[in-house]
Amino acid sequence: MKKEITLRLNGYETTVAVEPHEKLLDVLRDKLGVKSPKYGCGRGECGACSVLLNGKSVRTCIMYAVEADGQEIVTVEGLEQDGLTPLQKSFLSHNSFQCGFCAPGIIISATELLISNPHPGEEEIREAIAGNLCRCTGYGSVVDAIVDLTRRE
Amino acid sequence: MKELDLKVVGHDAVRLDGLEKITATAKYADDIDLGPGMLYAAILGSPYAHATIKGIDTSDAEQVPGVHAVLSGEDCPGRCGLYLKDSQLFAKDRVRYVGQQVAAVVASSQEIADKALGLIKIEYEPLPVLQDPIEALKPDAVLIHPDLGDYEVVPWLYPQPGTNIAHLRKVRKGNVEKAFEEADYILEDWYHVPHVVHAPIETHVSAALYAFDGRLTMWNSTQSPHTQRNILANVLNLKHKDVRIVTPYVGGGFGGKAGVNMEVIAAACAMKVPGHPVKIRYSRKDEFQNTSQRQELKAYVKMGVKNDGTIVALKHQLFWDVGASAEYGSNVVNATGFSATGAYRIPNVWIDSYAIYTNRPPCGAYRGFGYSEFHFGIESHIDRVAKALNMDPVEFRKKNAIQEGDTVAYGVEMGPTGILKCIDEVAKAIEWGTESKSDDPNRVRGKGFALVWKAPAMPANESSAAFIKFNEDASINVLVSGMELGQGFMTAMGKIAAEELGLPLERVRVELPDTDRNPYEWQTVASHVTWSCGNAVRRAAIDARNQIIKVVSTAHHIEEASLYLEDGKVKCSTKPDFALPLEKFVINGVQMSDGTFRGGPILGRGSFMPEFTSAKVDPETGMGGHPNVHYTTGAGAVEIEIDKETGRVRVLRMAEAFDAGKAINPDLVKGQIEGGFVQGLGTALWEEVIFDEQGRIRNPNFTDYKIPTSLDAPREMHSIIVEVPQPDGPYGARGVGEHTMIPVMPAIANAIENALGIRIKNPPMTAEKIVQALKEKAERSL
Repeated sequence: MKKEITLRLNGYETTVAVEPHEKLLDVLRDKLGVKSPKYGCGRGECGACSVLLNGKSVRTCIMYAVEADGQEIVTVEGLEQDGLTPLQKSFLSHNSFQCGFCAPGIIISATELLISNPHPGEEEIREAIAGNLCRCTGYGSVVDAIVDLTRRE
Repeated sequence: MKELDLKVVGHDAVRLDGLEKITATAKYADDIDLGPGMLYAAILGSPYAHATIKGIDTSDAEQVPGVHAVLSGEDCPGRCGLYLKDSQLFAKDRVRYVGQQVAAVVASSQEIADKALGLIKIEYEPLPVLQDPIEALKPDAVLIHPDLGDYEVVPWLYPQPGTNIAHLRKVRKGNVEKAFEEADYILEDWYHVPHVVHAPIETHVSAALYAFDGRLTMWNSTQSPHTQRNILANVLNLKHKDVRIVTPYVGGGFGGKAGVNMEVIAAACAMKVPGHPVKIRYSRKDEFQNTSQRQELKAYVKMGVKNDGTIVALKHQLFWDVGASAEYGSNVVNATGFSATGAYRIPNVWIDSYAIYTNRPPCGAYRGFGYSEFHFGIESHIDRVAKALNMDPVEFRKKNAIQEGDTVAYGVEMGPTGILKCIDEVAKAIEWGTESKSDDPNRVRGKGFALVWKAPAMPANESSAAFIKFNEDASINVLVSGMELGQGFMTAMGKIAAEELGLPLERVRVELPDTDRNPYEWQTVASHVTWSCGNAVRRAAIDARNQIIKVVSTAHHIEEASLYLEDGKVKCSTKPDFALPLEKFVINGVQMSDGTFRGGPILGRGSFMPEFTSAKVDPETGMGGHPNVHYTTGAGAVEIEIDKETGRVRVLRMAEAFDAGKAINPDLVKGQIEGGFVQGLGTALWEEVIFDEQGRIRNPNFTDYKIPTSLDAPREMHSIIVEVPQPDGPYGARGVGEHTMIPVMPAIANAIENALGIRIKNPPMTAEKIVQALKEKAERSL
């Protein structure tokens, strides 16, 4: 039995019909064409599917789409609507990512951190992205980019 | 070209794929929309690790509304494999591991496919289950492949029908027994490295469309587009020209997406439903169970030395559990058999490297291709022998480290190596010889060291090719089929083209593979593409440059020898004012005074294949051929802190140095060192696939199988590049991608021994094992 839900997605009101069992990740990717959240584990373990829900990061692979009804969702596509954010610019200039698959999730987690704490220490940064698994980088180049940005600002 | 002259190569730059990845516009296989006609597949896996199939009944599943096709072994009789054709699309008469694919349903939704899958009835008769490679060698062990003698195999692998041995590589040099008799000290012991998984964050994804005109198009997450095309064309009986493999970005490979895997199932499903794309996206559990794992290794090491610290003999027997299929893993066993001395000069060597079938998931390539596993034993052993001789382990390594001109175990001369410089640089960065102490009395610190060598493991005739297309504005598209896995391949190839053509990097695009458009590449594996494809790109750029110079020479009546390319222009060494921008003519030609044109579109072409390698060796000794192109060498060390009560290990500092020959992307080489180290850290401290007695994986997820997080990585990482040029590499470059992971397990084992006086011989070196070993040590001293 489908239910119509309304989201404020990346600044625009969007209505979509979903099955009760459909995960928010699948609805975003397959029905709304928002591809930045990725499937990595389906159990909320890797963080690749993260989006901002009312400003807080959530794992969309373990959240039902109907639970998001009436709420605000921001993905990387929404963050960059006015050009690259300072965080993205810092990641770019530091060559922070390798395969890039975890990048959208890490951008979301780091964005969430910087909203509440614009000048975090290195350990706070590591704690904030500890739920985002990256198999390529060893995290050093990711942490460096965030540290560098917060020191510059 | 003198190093000082290089303008792009060797200089740091923003990655060519950086913007796409930072903006989340980079497309991975699952991001490609295939339209409303797309169908979904569900795959039925075996519940048994070893059983004969008595019957398959798919009739109920076929009746479910929305089901388009049901496939099983009957539909796909062929065998497939890269080197040894011992695997099937679907198990037909026998299943050999839990999860082995037995049937598939293609349906209009995933829910329907999953539901229909539950209606397939299969009758199994269980067989004895083998999970230990040593047990599998026993004469009375059940045979996992009774038809082994009938399988097609490359001539340099030696399956032994009537046993569970898929391959045995022997290497014999000198006289080991005599050397042991003359040795002053001998140490022998066993080391055990368990199965681990690649765990790329992107799981395997494959989508296929078989059109009514007979064309098969696939969108795959793979390291091997051309190898897949070759295998698929052969298995599915299609012409190569009619198979097209498109490869978007890959979300992590590490060898797990090398060769062919579930893509062959996606293709077989698509061929049953012409006109409909079919997509398979593996779940994380599938990724653990149904892709390749890293081999388990049980290794026996016996080393003999003289009192002055000279290694005189090594006997190294490697018993590899390659799982239920050795189609790719047999080459891991082969490659490590040749190189299992480690990076040492040893005059008398006896190596047996066995590929042994068990009822565990098939194993294959994994970053390091077996070298991580055998280096654990060798480098642990080296520390123990040094200690017995009262020698410093770093000095002992320096004394025995292999040098240019030394003869390796299979009789070939070692090429240029910066190994001694790597040792010195790492020792300096880790402050070897300086003790450091924790302020906390419950914590102790230790340092550990390891050497590394590794050669690319490839068929002797592996090859790469490149096209360079000029555009109207003198920007270029570089067409290659190496895969950007994150290592920086695109940027390296772009830099080589830019360097040779005198272009800024901003004018260069490097295209992801599409077998219709991009020329041949064997595979992106073995840390060989910088070297092999780099040579092909360099040749393509030189070819394009020669065309440019020729047309300008003809049109402007200038001697070719005086023309050169710089800053996007053709310049002349004898006419300082001459500077013809490339965009004036690289497509439309140069206009002559009579109105006619000379030239035309500039299109560079380059191919590369090593012409000095040969896999033809004596099976009894491993001698007589030239199986490897070169070795990359290096060293790694750690400083760790251990909580004596909990056994928890933290790496405070790491240092690794590798001889890259020439780092095309220095900052990205450092990225490989950091990333490889942390991947190695996982295997050293936490990672292990755990099986129950029925052969089922107990931890197929990231809660129960821990990979390192940002909190686990060391805060202090010293990534050091040494450059002793590889004579046949582009600008002297050789690969470093895999090597960075190899020293970690033994360096940490050696550091634990250094800190606590306990020797752990079976990673992962978990807190539990450390506490247990400390308890046993205390009991012994009572």
